[in-house]
Order: sequence, then C-alpha cells, then structure tokens
Amino acid sequence: MTLSPEASTWLVVFGHFLVLSLLAVGGAISVAPEMHRLMVGQLGLLTDAQFNASIAIAQAAPGPNVLFVAVMGYQAGGWMGATATLLGIMLPSTTLAYAAARWGHARAHWRGVQAFKAGMTPITIALLLVTGWILTVDTPGVAHFAVTALAAILVWHTRIHMLWMILAGAVVGVLGWV
Amino acid sequence: MTESAALRRPASSADLFVSFTWLALQGFGGVLAVAQRVLCDDKRWVTKEEFLELLAVGQVLPGPNVCNLALMIGDRFFGWRGAFAALGGMMAVPLVIVMALAVLYVEFAANPFVAGALRGMGAVAAGLIVGTALKLAPALLHNPMGVPTCAAFGAATFVLVALLRYPLVWVLPGVGAAACTVAWLRIRSKAVAEGAPPADMS
Repeated sequence: MTLSPEASTWLVVFGHFLVLSLLAVGGAISVAPEMHRLMVGQLGLLTDAQFNASIAIAQAAPGPNVLFVAVMGYQAGGWMGATATLLGIMLPSTTLAYAAARWGHARAHWRGVQAFKAGMTPITIALLLVTGWILTVDTPGVAHFAVTALAAILVWHTRIHMLWMILAGAVVGVLGWV
Repeated sequence: MTESAALRRPASSADLFVSFTWLALQGFGGVLAVAQRVLCDDKRWVTKEEFLELLAVGQVLPGPNVCNLALMIGDRFFGWRGAFAALGGMMAVPLVIVMALAVLYVEFAANPFVAGALRGMGAVAAGLIVGTALKLAPALLHNPMGVPTCAAFGAATFVLVALLRYPLVWVLPGVGAAACTVAWLRIRSKAVAEGAPPADMS
C-alpha cells in the first residue's frame, strides 16, 4: 500500500506531535516554539500569521487552551490536519496521566506518594501565580493591571459568576479603557 | 478535613460529561479558575486539598493541566468511562466553538472593538488565575512541610519561572525534587515521633 504525499505529510506531523506531547510539561503552549519550527519552518504548512492566529483564537474561545493545536492543524490541512495535530498532542499525555493517576491513587498511603503531593502543592500554587504574573507584565498599563487585580480579589472573596467578570472585561476593553 | 463530610458524587458518566462541558464553556482564557469553583464550591465533588493534589500531578505530567485534571477526576468516580466522559466534556463542544471562531477570526481580527474586547478579557482571565491561587493557598496549612517551608519553595518557583524565566522543564524537576525530599523527611520524622513501625519504608 502506498500513501499519498498528503497523507504521509500528516503521518509525519502526527508522529512529531506524539513526541511533543510527552515534552509538554506546563501544557501544550510550552512546546509551541517546537510546533512553530516544524509547521512553519520545516514543513511550510503554515505562515507565521496563521500560527499566531491559532493561539489567539483558542485564547478568545472558551475551553482548554490546548485547542489551539486543532486550529493550527485545521488551517494547515483541514480536518485531516486537525485530527493529526490534536490526537497527536493528546494521546500520549492523557494515557500517561491516566496511568499515573491510577498508580498514585492505589498507593495513596505510601510515604513517597504523600511526600510527592506535599512537596508539589506549594509549587503548584506558585505556578498559578506565575501564569497570572506573566499574563499581566506582558501587557503593560495601570488600567490593565487594575482590572487583573480587581478580578483576582472578586474571585478570592466573592461568588460572583466568572462569566460576568469576563463580560465586564470585554466591555472595558471595547470602551478602550485597558 | 471538615469539608469532606459534605462531599458529593456525580450521578453518572453523563453527569460528568455535561458538567465538564458547562464548566469548559465558562472558561475564557483558561478553565482552571472555573474548574476550581465548580468542582470544589458548587458541585463539591472534591475538596480544595484534593483539587490541589490532582492539579499538582497534572502539572508535573506533560499535557494540558486541566485535561489531565478532568481525566483524573472522571476516573476517580467511574473508572475509564468517567475519564472519557470528563475529558470528552471538556473538549468536544469547545472544539466545535473554536473551529467556528477560526472561520470568523480571519474577518474580524483587525476590528479594533474585537481586539479591545479580547484585551479586556485577557486582563480578567489573568486575575481569575491569581484569585484561584489565593483561594487554594489555605490548603497549605495542612501541609506536613509547614507553612514557612511551603512559602520558601513557592517563592523560589516564582522567582525562577516568572522573574528569571527559566524553562519549566528544568525548574519543576529541580525545585520539585528538593521539595519532595524535604516533605519525605518531615513525614518520616513525624511518623517516627508518633511511634510508627520503622519497617514502613515505602
């Protein structure tokens, strides 16, 4: 059986994304530079603008940010492309997470498992703060910072629905205040 | 763990799918903040401590944290079916929406109102994550390492990743190994102090 050139391209992409999946500590966005090197540089399937738009679209949409990978695949090659990139990035990491969760849950009384959880939880909280920090400092402006701080306080101390906060952010943005 | 008395369970895999779909659809600019509120406060399926532990596992492992988290929570209640249902709920409908947006985006990306709205939503999304971190922080009060040590490891992580911008792939194993070692020693010395049999070296 011989594959069409298009199908073999997507097999190559699929294979690369399988590997990237296992390197994506911190989420798929952390291997975005590698995806750029492959899709824009090496294979020439996407332009720079298409690549950046993929990330921007997924950030504007609800749901996990990893979906930018599907947008990228779609822009490069329709449904075949989207399937290759999304399945590639998800299969290895989810299989590993599933196996690891089962392993850890069955051994919850082990001192090593307890030490892992106790040791990693302060780091986990710090990484959430890091994410907020990076999103804030990369967009300068006092008003922008004030909106971020206000949203943080409201989430911390009130039960106001987050969709209202996001909507208020959109309105403030449309009015040009941030 | 006074919270655990009031914990509930999802009714079925279908309940998981619908709940995670709804949760994901509220997550603009990241699902984590919504996930914490829905799963711990509204649904009461997991405590803050459990959420934080599962998130820690999800962060150490490669892959999207919130997807790993959905998978692990689904598996905990209904095995592999639950894992599929939760992860599928997290991804299926958002995938349709993001694809539709991809088509629209080309037309509206240059529109200043759209760009402004996205900027404002981004500022709020950053705040949601910071607020979630502040809400989860009290879970560290129960940490065997003690609060000052937790704060020190947290501060080290923040400085290395946020300020010095070292890659996570190095910081996470580095600081993580140190923190887990300290935690292991503290748990062991506590067990010895409480007279646990020294044979339990697991």
